[in-house]
Amino acid sequence: MNLKKTKYIFKQAFKNLWRNRVMGLASIGSIAAVLIILGFILLIVLNINNVALVTKETFDQIAVYVEEGIDESQIAQMGKDFGELEGVLAVGFETKEYALNKMKEDWGEDSYLLDGLRKNPLPNTFIVQLKDVSYADDVTEKLKAFDGVEEVSFYEDAVNTLIVIADFVKKLGVWLILILLLISVFIISNTIKITVLNRRKEIELMQYIGATNGYVRGPFIIEGIVLGVIGSFLAISILIFGFNYFSTLLSGRYIALLSGLASYIISVNLILKDLIIIFLTIGIGIGILGSLISLKKFLSV
Amino acid sequence: MIEFNNVSKIYKNDFVAVEDISLKIEAGEFLFIVGKSGAGKSTLIKLLLKEINPTEGTIRYKELDVTKIKKRNVAEYRRRIGFVFQDYRLLPKLTVYENIAFAMEMICCSSKNIRREIPIVLSMVGLSDKAKYYPDELSGGEQQRVSIARAIINKPETIIADEPTGNLDIETSAEIMKIFNEINKRGTTVIMATHDRELINRCNRRVVELKSGRIIKDIKVGGCEDEPKED
Repeated sequence: MNLKKTKYIFKQAFKNLWRNRVMGLASIGSIAAVLIILGFILLIVLNINNVALVTKETFDQIAVYVEEGIDESQIAQMGKDFGELEGVLAVGFETKEYALNKMKEDWGEDSYLLDGLRKNPLPNTFIVQLKDVSYADDVTEKLKAFDGVEEVSFYEDAVNTLIVIADFVKKLGVWLILILLLISVFIISNTIKITVLNRRKEIELMQYIGATNGYVRGPFIIEGIVLGVIGSFLAISILIFGFNYFSTLLSGRYIALLSGLASYIISVNLILKDLIIIFLTIGIGIGILGSLISLKKFLSV
Repeated sequence: MIEFNNVSKIYKNDFVAVEDISLKIEAGEFLFIVGKSGAGKSTLIKLLLKEINPTEGTIRYKELDVTKIKKRNVAEYRRRIGFVFQDYRLLPKLTVYENIAFAMEMICCSSKNIRREIPIVLSMVGLSDKAKYYPDELSGGEQQRVSIARAIINKPETIIADEPTGNLDIETSAEIMKIFNEINKRGTTVIMATHDRELINRCNRRVVELKSGRIIKDIKVGGCEDEPKED
């Protein structure tokens, strides 16, 4: 492809875009909408998966909270008994003081809030490490039966729920995105159709003259690509802006909560590079597909 | 050079546009295709331009089997044929010069080439002083001349004209014919569809007459008698 041809094709493409700018904006909007929703779903699924994953690490551990007023010798006995249960690999112990310090650490700057506590509200806790997750139910039942055990907490249900939710969001997202993709391809092909029709005479003439396909199709394909690229960048900007806006809004209000969660959240900034690649690919893909469809329909020769 | 062998075109609605056409056109010939509208003239031209494919038969253009040209090679094939429309088909937003340059740009041609060739062609069709005019500032005859200039600028082997004088009065038609004769004299094959009896009678050329999709007459006669007043 020579320089002159390239110049002609781009000039025509931008001329078409300008002439048909209202439809162009509609196309950009539809591409951006698809991508924003895609990004949104992607972030949700990634985050749920991540939370599930982090939680899973504590999955084969059972936390046993000890009642208030149980003395040390009793605790030592409990630890020994727990260790003898079938399926238990090891037993750890966290004193209530340790738990409070850990919480203070997690809360960071906001830990002064905990200083006001007159009494440590956190319980002494055994961490029972299982040999295998399959022992979880049995061991949980047995642990509950012990005297001095206040509560037994096991994360399996929570993790499973998270996985189910992530799965559901994924499936719903795939359908939603497919439908939206179709809609955007349709809108783009309509936009290009209008330019094709606007330039029908010129195109017919070109075909009689024997202009190469590049000359005839090039401008429309470039038009589609430009729409796709603009749509992608619009989507990325909105996604970044939206994510950061909401995270500052939330962290302003629920500082402690969010700083606790912060380790779980995958920020949009973290996957920005991947997002840009995915968005551009899809955006350009939609643009080219839309052009090709309307060219196939309206350029019979 | 051009050969139709038992060519038929039947459209999907069973309309028979042309039937069993066999026609041989030699290089450098000047040929009229006449007949009423619906007789199959346009179909014949469309077949030759490979806008449509025949239902039966073969069409040869020099070394090529036109029916077998691949889609991506159609453009290349069409460059060998210049086409003149009845309704001129000039791009309204381009000047005369730009309209002709457009045809060159689509094919090849450096700017230098374009600057050199266009004045030559313009003088050939007698429009040297109208290069900067827009189509709507020209008369019908002048517009047709631009269209002819555009058709010959890339030096095609064959010129096909579909009713080129259909929208023009007798005098203007004669001028247009003179240009076609000139082109033919330089060795270009000219195929012209028309129903203008006057035009045919004045020029003593080969005439192929179509009726209901069949060739009913093929009269070969030599030479075009230029009108006395023209010389």
